[in-house]
Amino acid sequence: MSFSVTEPSGRQKLFAGVLVVVYALVTIMPLAWIIATGFKTPSDAIAYPPKVVFEPSLEGYVNLFTTRTRASAETLENLGEPQTWYDSIVRENDMVIVGPSRYGERFLNSVIIGFGSTFLSVFLGTIAAYAFSRFKVPLKDDLMFFILSTRMMPPIAVAIPIFLMYRELGLNDTHLGMILLYTAVNLSLSVWLLKGFIDEIPVEYEEAALIDGYTRFQAFYKVVLPQAATGIASTAIFCLIFAWNEYAFAVLLTSGTAQTAPPFIPTIIGVGGQDWPAVAAGATLFLLPVMVFTILLRKHLLRGITFGAVRK
Amino acid sequence: MARIEIRNLRKEFGDFTAVQSSSFVIEDGEFFMLLGPSGCGKTTTLRMMAGLELPTSGEIFIDNQEVSQKRASERDIAFVFQMFALYPHVNVRKNISYPLVSQGMKRSQVTERVAEVSRILGIEGILDRPVSGLSGGDRQRVALARAIVREPKAFFMDEPLGALDAEFREHMAHELRSLHDRMGATTVYVTHDQLEAMQMGDKIVVMNHGVVEQFGVPQDIYDWPATMFVADFIGSPSMSFLRFEGAVEQGGTSVELGGISVEVPRLLEDAQGPLALGVRPEHIHFDDTATYRGQVIATEYLGTTQIVSVDTPHGALKARLSSEQPTRVGDAVGLRLDKRTLTVFDAGSGRALISEANREVLGHG
Repeated sequence: MSFSVTEPSGRQKLFAGVLVVVYALVTIMPLAWIIATGFKTPSDAIAYPPKVVFEPSLEGYVNLFTTRTRASAETLENLGEPQTWYDSIVRENDMVIVGPSRYGERFLNSVIIGFGSTFLSVFLGTIAAYAFSRFKVPLKDDLMFFILSTRMMPPIAVAIPIFLMYRELGLNDTHLGMILLYTAVNLSLSVWLLKGFIDEIPVEYEEAALIDGYTRFQAFYKVVLPQAATGIASTAIFCLIFAWNEYAFAVLLTSGTAQTAPPFIPTIIGVGGQDWPAVAAGATLFLLPVMVFTILLRKHLLRGITFGAVRK
Repeated sequence: MARIEIRNLRKEFGDFTAVQSSSFVIEDGEFFMLLGPSGCGKTTTLRMMAGLELPTSGEIFIDNQEVSQKRASERDIAFVFQMFALYPHVNVRKNISYPLVSQGMKRSQVTERVAEVSRILGIEGILDRPVSGLSGGDRQRVALARAIVREPKAFFMDEPLGALDAEFREHMAHELRSLHDRMGATTVYVTHDQLEAMQMGDKIVVMNHGVVEQFGVPQDIYDWPATMFVADFIGSPSMSFLRFEGAVEQGGTSVELGGISVEVPRLLEDAQGPLALGVRPEHIHFDDTATYRGQVIATEYLGTTQIVSVDTPHGALKARLSSEQPTRVGDAVGLRLDKRTLTVFDAGSGRALISEANREVLGHG
C-alpha cells in the first residue's frame, strides 16, 4: 500500500519550482491583464507603451452596468451636483446615465442556462452511466460508441439544422432551448466520464448494501453516489465550463430574452467608442462564477476518498 | 439459525456453464467450506445462495423455504466479501449500523447492538475512525461485525482471509472459527486453500469445473477421496498415484503392479483398463523386505519429517518419513504401502472404486 520514491535532489526541486512558476506566470498573465484593464480608464487601457502601474478607476464597471448619453455642458450644469459616486464618474466624461445596461440580465441568463444544463447533463449522465456500468444493456458497446460519436464533429457543424429545427419548435432564443442544446452536447462527455468513475467503484459495495436490506435505488443513492462524488464534481466542472463559455450557438440562437453573456460582451465595444475597460470588467465578472464553482468543488476533486477501503 | 439445502443448482453465463447441477446439504450451525481451484464455480454457487446471482435452474432452501428467485434482502443472510466492501464514505460505527438502520430499527437499539457486537469482536476503540485508515485485520473485524450485527440466519463468506497476509491469516482463521463456535450460526465459507478448509470446516464440498466432486467431513475427504481430482487437490503433498493397466474384480484384495501384487482393501466392484492406485505420503514406508521397489530422486527436509520423492516403474511417489530415517538420493528402496488406506481409481473417469474401506464414505454419493 505504501510505495517509496527517491527523494528528488535540490537541483531537481529547483528546476521543478522554476518550471511551475514560469508556467503559472504564462497562464496567469492574460488573466491578470484583463483584470487590470477592468480598473483602468479607457485612455490608460490603450496607452502605449502599456501601463503596468496606473491609477485604478471604476469607470469600466460603471460603464458596463449603465447606458449613458453624451450631454452638453448646459445640460450638465442644469443637473446640479452628481447624486452618487457612479454619477460623478460618468459626469467627468461629459455624460449622463440614462439607465441600466443589459449586462445584468445577460449574466443571469448565463447562470440559468449554464447551471441548468450542467445539472441536467450530470443528472442524466450519472443515471445513464450507472446503467451502462452495472446492467446488461443490449448492444452496450455500440450504444456507447454512438453516444461518443456525437462528439466526433464540432457541434457547430450542425448549427444550421439546429437553427431551423429550433425555429420550427419555437425554441429560438429561449432558456429551455439553450439548456437542452448544451445538455445534448455535454451529455456524451458526461456519460463517458461518469461511466469510467462508476466502473471503478467495486460492485461489492452495492451487493453488500443489497444484502444489508437496501433496494437497488437506495444502494445507488446511499452507496454509489457518495463515492462517485469525485467524478460527478469533475464532470460538472467540465460541463459548466463548456456551457458557460459557449459562444457560437449563443450568437446564432439567442438575441434577446435568452442571450447569454458571451455574445453580449463584444457588443459593449460598439457603444460609445472602444470601451475596453468595460469589456474587461464584463469578462472579469464573467470569470467569477466558474472560478467559485471550481474552488467549491475542488475538495471533491481530490481522489483518495475511497482509498484503502477496498484492497485491490 | 438455518439449515440450507441446494438441489440441482445450475448457472450458465451465455455458453459457459459455471455450475452444473450442484446438490448438497448444510446442517444447522455447521461451518461449511466450499473448496476448489479458481474458476470452479464455488463463488458463483455462494452468490446464488446469497441472491446476488440468479440460478439458471435448481432450488435453494433456507430453513425449508425455497428462495432461489428471491432478492438478497429477503433471505436474511449476511455476506462477507473478500474485499470486505466496507462503505468507504462513512466511519466504522455507521458501517456496522447500516444493516440495522435499513430495517428501520430504533436508534437506541442500534447503538446497543453495535456496542455489543463491537465488544465481541474487540473493535470498541475504532468505532469512530474512518474505514480507510484501518489495518487489514481491523477491516476484517468490521466486516464481520457488520455481518453479525443483524443476527442473520446464515453467514456467507467469500474468501474472507484472501486479502490478508499469510501470518495474519492464521490468526484470523482461529478468530473466525472461535467466533463461529460461540455463535453457532450456519456459515458457508468459500476458499481455494485446502489447508484452510481442512482446518476450519465441519464439512467440505470440493468443486471442480462447476461439478461437486465430493462432499463430507474433512477427514473422510482426506482419507477416502471420491475422485482423483479430490485426492490430488487435498493434502500437501497430495496423494500419489501409481498408474497401471489391468483389471480388478469384485471381491479382489490386491492389484498387480508390473507382476508384483499389492494388497488393497477388498473391492466391491469390477473395473479394467487404465487404473491408478492412490496412496497418501504418510502411508508409504521404506522396507527393504518389500517387493515393490523404487529409487529415491529427491528429499525435502521439513523439520520433524521429510518428503522423499521416489521414482517407480508406475510413476513418482512422495512419501512422508521421519527426518531421522537416513535417505540419500539414488538409494534403491523397498516400498511398503499401508494396505488399509489405499484407494483404487478408474484412471479413465477419475472415480474411486468402491471398496470395503471407503464404502461408508462414498456410499451416499
